Amino acid sequence: MTRKTKVATGVVAAIVVALLLVVSFSVWCAALKPYKVGAVFAITGGASWLGEPERNTVKMIEENVNAAGGINGHPLQVIVEDTVGDETKAVTAVKKLIERDKVLAIIGPSRSGTTLAVIPIVQRAKVPLISCAAAEAIVIPVKQWVFKTPQKDSDAVIRIYEYMREHGISKVAIITGTTGFGDQGRKQLKKMAPDYGITIVADETYGPKDTDMTVQLTKIKGTKAQAVINWSIVPAQAIVVKNMRQLGMTIPLFQSHGFGNIKYVQAAGKAAEGIIFPAGRLLAVDTLPNDNPQKEVLSRYKKEYEAKYGESVSTFGGHAWDALHLVILALRAVGPDRAKIRNFIENVKGFVGTGGIFNYSPDDHTGLTKEAFEMLTVKNGKFVVLK
Amino acid sequence: MGKKNLLSLLILSIVVMILPLIINNPYYLSILIFVGIYSLITIGLSLLMGYAGQISLGQAAFFGLGAYTSGILTTKFALSPWIALIIAIFVTAGVAFLIGIPALKLKGHYLAMATLAFGQIIFIIFNQEITYTGGPSGFGQIPYFKLGKFMLDSDFRYYYFVWIIVLITLTLSLNLIHSRVGRALRSIHGGEITANIMGVNTARYKIDVFVLSAVYASIAGSLYAHFVTFLSPGTFGFSFSIALLTMVAVGGMASVWGAIMGTALLTILPEFLRIFHDYDILIYGSTLLFIMILLPEGFFIGLFNLIRKGNLPQSHLLKKLLETRR
Repeated sequence: MTRKTKVATGVVAAIVVALLLVVSFSVWCAALKPYKVGAVFAITGGASWLGEPERNTVKMIEENVNAAGGINGHPLQVIVEDTVGDETKAVTAVKKLIERDKVLAIIGPSRSGTTLAVIPIVQRAKVPLISCAAAEAIVIPVKQWVFKTPQKDSDAVIRIYEYMREHGISKVAIITGTTGFGDQGRKQLKKMAPDYGITIVADETYGPKDTDMTVQLTKIKGTKAQAVINWSIVPAQAIVVKNMRQLGMTIPLFQSHGFGNIKYVQAAGKAAEGIIFPAGRLLAVDTLPNDNPQKEVLSRYKKEYEAKYGESVSTFGGHAWDALHLVILALRAVGPDRAKIRNFIENVKGFVGTGGIFNYSPDDHTGLTKEAFEMLTVKNGKFVVLK
Repeated sequence: MGKKNLLSLLILSIVVMILPLIINNPYYLSILIFVGIYSLITIGLSLLMGYAGQISLGQAAFFGLGAYTSGILTTKFALSPWIALIIAIFVTAGVAFLIGIPALKLKGHYLAMATLAFGQIIFIIFNQEITYTGGPSGFGQIPYFKLGKFMLDSDFRYYYFVWIIVLITLTLSLNLIHSRVGRALRSIHGGEITANIMGVNTARYKIDVFVLSAVYASIAGSLYAHFVTFLSPGTFGFSFSIALLTMVAVGGMASVWGAIMGTALLTILPEFLRIFHDYDILIYGSTLLFIMILLPEGFFIGLFNLIRKGNLPQSHLLKKLLETRR
């Protein structure tokens, strides 16, 4: 090596080092403090078919947002905690997120019971909570810091009863799971039946861990019911479907929006064919007309999720999608301030989510109407829009 | 009570009193509050199982009875939490007494099954009596305890409240163990027939200790209700009875200290393991497995022996495992 080349190499090396320093310095400057958002889902336990897609969804959004440069330059950090669907665990998880991680907002919990258990905590700590659970008791009466993204139980009941009225069904049997979701549904079903000229001829329940519902269904079979409504959110609801076919019952079976995971159809097998239920449009996005305002959002979410995780999307993951995007929207607009985030979400109008088009207001923390539901049915193991 | 126990009690009291001053974070405090609440139940369970040798798979139901009685009386009948706590104790004690008379005539697996069935019945009542219990959705807005004008609504205050009750309960229980009653209980464990021949009224002692353990669980239930302020049946199911049993077994069945240690370990460990995310259950499970293989007498007693004697206690399972490898 001559002296000249030695000098040249030295100069090049110096330039490279200097460049590296400059680049790393600018990266260091750009890496602003992350925005922390908490998420509490029932990832394991009896409600894992809710919590797992929710966890997957928020992790996917976190990645996408950060890959696109974060929120106003700040990376998004979603801290996910598992509640196992248990109230005590949900309480400690939410306290951890608030007190140790100092999150700006919390998404979840997945279940109505766990949500009701953590409401007193977020109300006192003044942290916005966007629940992914359905029960109306979460937002009625309105709680200052609490919102939810799933559609209302009562709207699901209205859609089912309207359909029944159109098709001349007036005597129904209801069978509900003894969980917060099932119990709230049972109350709404009983309350609204007279308004639609419907009589409930049998009112049965089953536990979330039961493995056989033949006893309840045999009782229903002995009545003059023209249809059965099965209202539940746990995997046990698929057993009702199977048991009905085993007992040779041919009257139509209606399910709640808690049926919105294709896994329930797979668990029930052939018996699931022809089930009618109200759900958000996500499940049947392929059969939606192109001019539907939600179509673009829904197909994008479905495509991204299914490409990443190799499993079908479910409405539950969609609830988490809506909740996290509401928070992101708020963070973009008002920055890291819990009170401002809350105020922003309360005034969100026309937000196109997976569950519907959200319009929040000070007296409505659900933001959705019954139009958010579409009546779906199961055909060849798939969800399709009922015509 | 013995010098050793007195010293341990003193050390525990000091640790309990100082701890919140060091870790004044509501999240950690709330975990320690749960440790305290569960400790009350496991102290009772340790008296019942470790000393008197009677198994119960229904402790979660007594815990639930205390919680629901407190919750319902304060929300639906607007009673003061203090009066509700006392009434809950009497209700639970009454139920335990009535259940205890026939159930404690049974032994071993049959007693386990009877208490299990009792737990299920209570669980079903919580689910079905919707007008009072709110059914599966539960009910909330349970008021906090009040000491004069002093509202026990922060984790810091509630921590001291719960742990003072735990310390009092612990002192009473240690006194009981080292009394004539305690010796009578242990004689039942050793051999019921022998105890009977020696003039111990085993039937009465068994019911007494069963009722006592139920009372402890009821107090714990009331403390839970006025802390979380929301109740639903899920918390008081069969799996919680099993969890309580595991706490006592892991800590060391034959000692109330073991019960507290086991409770602390099994309540704090899952929270600590949150940092491992999806692997937490795996680590949790293997930790329990190792404790039961290496320290079959329980974590507390095993560790105690290890420190004092410097060798691992006799573990039959470990021996067998080593033999099969040879």
